[in-house]
Amino acid sequence: MVSLRLEKLSAAYGQTTILENVSTDTLMGGQLVALLGPNAAGKSTLFRRILGHLKGAGTVHLEGHSKDRPICHMPQDTGVSAALSVYEAVLLSRMQGRSLRVADEDLAQVENTLQYIGISALAQRNIADLSGGQRQLVSAAQAIVQEPEILLLDEPTSALDLHRQIDLLRILRNLADEHKILIILAMHDLGHALRFTDQAIVLNKGTVAAAGLTNEILKPQLLRDVYQVEARIEPCQRGRLQIIIDDVA
Amino acid sequence: METEVRPLDAKVEGRGFYRALVLRRQIILALLTAALCLSVCVDLAIGPARYSLGEVVTALVSPSIVSDQIRVILWDIRMPVALMAIVVGASLSVAGAQMQTILSNPLASPFTLGISAGASFGAALALAFGIVLFPPAIDYVIPINAFVMAMLTSFLIHALSMRRGVTIETIVLLGIAMVFIFNSLMALIQFFASQQAVSAVVFWTMGSLTKATWPKFWITTTVLIVVLPLLTRHGWALTAMRLGDAKAQSMGVNPKRIRLEVLVLVSLLAAIAVAFVGTIGFIGLVGPHIARLLVGEDQRFFLPGAAICGALILSVGSVLSKIIIPGTIIPIGIVTSLVGIPFFLYLILNRRSQPW
Repeated sequence: MVSLRLEKLSAAYGQTTILENVSTDTLMGGQLVALLGPNAAGKSTLFRRILGHLKGAGTVHLEGHSKDRPICHMPQDTGVSAALSVYEAVLLSRMQGRSLRVADEDLAQVENTLQYIGISALAQRNIADLSGGQRQLVSAAQAIVQEPEILLLDEPTSALDLHRQIDLLRILRNLADEHKILIILAMHDLGHALRFTDQAIVLNKGTVAAAGLTNEILKPQLLRDVYQVEARIEPCQRGRLQIIIDDVA
Repeated sequence: METEVRPLDAKVEGRGFYRALVLRRQIILALLTAALCLSVCVDLAIGPARYSLGEVVTALVSPSIVSDQIRVILWDIRMPVALMAIVVGASLSVAGAQMQTILSNPLASPFTLGISAGASFGAALALAFGIVLFPPAIDYVIPINAFVMAMLTSFLIHALSMRRGVTIETIVLLGIAMVFIFNSLMALIQFFASQQAVSAVVFWTMGSLTKATWPKFWITTTVLIVVLPLLTRHGWALTAMRLGDAKAQSMGVNPKRIRLEVLVLVSLLAAIAVAFVGTIGFIGLVGPHIARLLVGEDQRFFLPGAAICGALILSVGSVLSKIIIPGTIIPIGIVTSLVGIPFFLYLILNRRSQPW
């Protein structure tokens, strides 16, 4: 099974240090990990550093993988304007590094992924005509269709409506459970993090403020220190932990 | 934590749509190729001595049974021009297509990035002052001067684009700056040059297929044949570049490396074409846009589509340049500009109809 451990990762843009000595315990396939932190905490930069798009000190220990390119990444949403249908855009992601000839197996994988994410109805639409939320789902499909062993998703639910948010998070939970993929989600919704993820890494100003089981580390003191909010974490009638924000600190 | 299992093997509609899309694009490419063949035959038939399409086809299929006169006119005089139109049109259009792709800019082309202007400046140096940039090939002074300046222009753009913090918008603006610089230098040359030299420079910059010869055709064709497979190899990666660098990178593409490699290849294509026939504007802009509208942006279809569209436009332009004023061959750069400028304005003013 695939595993990932970060050891003292650092990164800088020019003279500005963005990440400093970010280390984690070993993260295993099958886990859904929340990467939390306020804006500009270094979440997207950590992804870029793990992917090797940014150089810096420290080591990414990757073990137990069977593919040449085991890590796939879904970047934050940006508008696109290419003359491509959704079907082609997802197929394109699947075909990178492969021959120009498309096999039936590749088409089947595209169709399964579209179905899995629940966007089969969009297959024929031009990607330039999609709403932000639809684009985000296509983007998730483009990451999943590559059949990664580790999936890094940068705020994948930020443009989705409530229904779609829950839907996508359930899909990701299922992908982790059934296919033993390690999924790391950069996200802002702590309620979703409590409900769907096993572990959390909380970044603040480029360093790790806390890491561990999500429901053990998300405490009022941490929220005060990292997010500057006064909050309670209480179970609802059904026993699910809820975050109630009382005030900003 | 919640878990809900969904089946991963459910069958969905979509393959039929995709297969139909691929078939439609293949048919469009076949039709464009047929139109190109027809245009070449018409191009061969038209001239001071007019021949029927039947005579042209006979002369092409069995040269030995037609008269010497037809054979010489078609094979030795008109054929290099007609075929040069194809390879130059294809080269400029492919160069424009890939410049638009890697720079994510609908207005990028050899013309707008200053490569054509650089070539004109190089040619003008030779025509006005006899300045030779590569003395060993004295017979090819003008094309070599044009080629050297065109490549220097693109290398200058590459060098500047490699600097830290330079965005693709900056590269496009650098290209436009190049156009202005070379236009000013051209004006300076014309100010100092003799009347006769000025006429030669002006005629060269108009662009003309009448400069075509068999050796020039083979050189241009060889470069095209070498470059096309290298671009095709990056088909999926180039298509991904149209989704933006971040998305391309998330698919495992290295956008910076692809951009540099492709910019070198298409600069070579454009420089060779412009060096031999002069400035032929708008093919590199219009060809890719028509191809994009017809076959989309999947490079497996877009690349051949752009090549065939460019070839077809220049071949039809060659026919038009001979029939607009009977007995006179208007420089083809004028014809393509007159057709291209309205299209260019249409692109700018009708952004809704464009993928950009």
